[in-house]
Amino acid sequence: MAGDSTARYTTHEHDVLVIGAGGAGLRAAIEASAGGASVGLVCKSLLGKAHTVMAEGGVAAALANVDQRDGWQVHFADTMRGGQYVNQWRMAQLHAQEAPDRVRELEAWGAVFDRTKDGRILQRNFGGHRYPRLAHVGDRTGLEMIRTLQDHGVHRGIDVHMEVTVVRLLLDGGRVAGALAYDRERGRFRLFRAKAIVLATGGIGRAYEITSNSWEYTGDGHTLAYDAGAELIDMEYVQFHPTGMVWPPSVRGILVTEGVRGEGGVLRNSAGKRFMFDDIPDNYRPQTASDPEEGWRYTQGDKSARRPPELLTRDHVARCIMREIKAGRGSPHGGVFLDISWIKQKLGSAREHIKKKLPSMYHQFKELAGIDITAEPMEVGPTTHYVMGGVRVDSDSQMSTVPGLFAAGEVAAGLHGANRLGGNSLSDLLVFGKRAGEYAARWAKEHSAGSVAAGEVDAAITRMLAPIERAAHGGENPFAIQHDLQKEMQALVGIVRNQAEMDRMVDRLASYRQRAAKVVAPGNREYNPGWHSALDLHCLLTVSEAIARSAAARRESRGGHFREDFPDKDAKFGKLTTMVKKGPDGSMQLSHVPVPQWPAEMQKIMDENTK
Amino acid sequence: MIAAKFNVWRGDTGGGAFTTYTTQIGEGMVVLDAVHQIQAESAPDLAVRWNCKAGKCGSCSAEINGKPRLMCMTRCEDLPLDQPVTVQPLKAFKPIKDLVTDVSWNFAVKKKIKPFKPRPPDHQDGTWSMQQEDIDRVQEFRKCIECFLCQDVCHVLRDHAKHDEFIGPRFFVHTAALEMHPLDTEDRLSELQKTQGIGYCNITKCCTVVCPEHITITDNAIIPLKERVVDRFYDPLKKLWRKLLGKS
Repeated sequence: MAGDSTARYTTHEHDVLVIGAGGAGLRAAIEASAGGASVGLVCKSLLGKAHTVMAEGGVAAALANVDQRDGWQVHFADTMRGGQYVNQWRMAQLHAQEAPDRVRELEAWGAVFDRTKDGRILQRNFGGHRYPRLAHVGDRTGLEMIRTLQDHGVHRGIDVHMEVTVVRLLLDGGRVAGALAYDRERGRFRLFRAKAIVLATGGIGRAYEITSNSWEYTGDGHTLAYDAGAELIDMEYVQFHPTGMVWPPSVRGILVTEGVRGEGGVLRNSAGKRFMFDDIPDNYRPQTASDPEEGWRYTQGDKSARRPPELLTRDHVARCIMREIKAGRGSPHGGVFLDISWIKQKLGSAREHIKKKLPSMYHQFKELAGIDITAEPMEVGPTTHYVMGGVRVDSDSQMSTVPGLFAAGEVAAGLHGANRLGGNSLSDLLVFGKRAGEYAARWAKEHSAGSVAAGEVDAAITRMLAPIERAAHGGENPFAIQHDLQKEMQALVGIVRNQAEMDRMVDRLASYRQRAAKVVAPGNREYNPGWHSALDLHCLLTVSEAIARSAAARRESRGGHFREDFPDKDAKFGKLTTMVKKGPDGSMQLSHVPVPQWPAEMQKIMDENTK
Repeated sequence: MIAAKFNVWRGDTGGGAFTTYTTQIGEGMVVLDAVHQIQAESAPDLAVRWNCKAGKCGSCSAEINGKPRLMCMTRCEDLPLDQPVTVQPLKAFKPIKDLVTDVSWNFAVKKKIKPFKPRPPDHQDGTWSMQQEDIDRVQEFRKCIECFLCQDVCHVLRDHAKHDEFIGPRFFVHTAALEMHPLDTEDRLSELQKTQGIGYCNITKCCTVVCPEHITITDNAIIPLKERVVDRFYDPLKKLWRKLLGKS
């Protein structure tokens, strides 16, 4: 097959190619299709299995069904404050304004959200949101959303390419012209020619040892964009969700929804103390309950009560948990206790109530840990959950700095600033998935197809086949490299960071690159996980470098980025966004660019709504 | 830690056989962990699908000691580890490689089922009112994670391979979720009877037993659909009435 390029791959043509079929990708594909474009949708797994399915608590939208005081302005202000004011304000504005329509639209497409007593979409409390704002379905909201989008999408004439992984974007004179991919089933190569491409590949969680993310989350879209010359921003901001499972070892990292705390669950240390009351940041103090009783009333819908400190932002709760563990006040297996069973003191029907409100948490603990959460506390600890950083995009169109290349959802950056609020991810992918699809279709209409250089495709295929072809001579095991990298990223660029460790990680990446160059994948091209993992390494190493370099350059603590050597915020850094880009020599180049300043009327909205 | 043996089916479309692997099992490990460990230690090309590892995505379906189950939700210590654990692909679908089967038929079937068609909105802002009591049943069906274990265990597909005439329990649940949706106005009864083979189901409830989401597939979805079909097409009085009106 070598030499004859036409025999090495099959070609598909679409106006718009969407890479990734979670919520953002599906929503983008639906919108691009509605805009008259022919659409190809590539999923790394089977359709409907993407990470959106794991989202539990709900989708944030100021519908004001439960509390009439809510509105887009409050949601906007909450998002900016949660993000420590380094968000792209225009994205935060569009997100808050459009999320309600995007949620209502899902209902028109068949989604069945839990209801209020008067028959409208029910909303629940979540960390950092001033009012009950999360539309939800028990604790399986993500499943409801992805299934609704999937079932709606398959009737829209979208070509779905399942179990296909994109490894490279192809450019024509600087603009997007296509993508090179392989299918898992047979290892055949696919060339996608497209006028516009939407990246919706999710995040980077597999760069860390303890994570709530699946194998797919290897930073593919971040890397595809970076390699194509796009800019990545905010990569130092990784969200460690405060509550992942910690025991037994094999389930370490699996998510425990914030909804547990929204329904009244409390965090306790080994002495039985509710430690979250010990450390309440000044800018949240006026809105935080002064005692456990007030916190309980808040979770039960008392509008005069303020929220319990367990519902402070995720970055803060995760750090408080780490503090308890480090001080020797943790639970037996290195976490802290999360207790929802205590509400039986308050509710006669507590057991049934918990099973109704948190059914998948009940089953998850029952089946994987042998714990009955209606009767005993859970053990939880922080887990790598989400990356706020990603592709720098235009706030309105979601187009990156590479013409014709769009990004939406977790792979795009800007909406969440330094820390994402729970529930803002599902709304993010609806709002900006739609926008990316709409603008990509428009772009495709206005531009003709670019051409793809056959030589570039051929060279890329040869590189991809190398791990299989050199396997007979022996070399590095891809699983071992991934495992070692995850351990080191966790230890050196994890929840608590310092200069020496981050610099060390940047240095260590060179040796990982050397190992990756010798990686082998015994067997053939047919559904070979060793080969797939070998090909994912380039992405993992690229995002690891972006995270380590960006984190090392931010000499302050802010949101998801916490440094023990600079534990406080620095106003100077608060005006700067970290950006990395591939330099002409192929090395990663870092710079700081100004955070866009918002107009006076936005400042007024924030002032009025953060008192 | 104890050493346990796993007999894993290795093969492809052309056939295959069981290979025995020994690996160390620690506290709380699930079968998917064991398969991953085998992959990392000695069989890097061992094919397996998985995603969430928390019973939420329905990717890692397989037959463990002969029973259709999710590998991520099957704890090793609940299995008799003094004997080898058998892990093999779903039988109702053609193998692709090792534990991975070709489930694309399911996606093709779903595409043929008429989509959701809501009544006009109740309110000016394009929204509807629904009471929680009216959606409880539909929400039960919508818990489905599309693991296709119910399809695998159903003898109509598994033993009789009626894939062309029968859509299987998963899609009866899907159809039931649409038919019982308070807002839906579409009618799917005719195809349930004619092309989707609901009559083939003889209510053995195997699907309900294997459902990892504990959906009461047979009692809550299939039987009510059967009743609607019988009511529409087999009620002798209605039949007579249709004859009198000259409708077939």
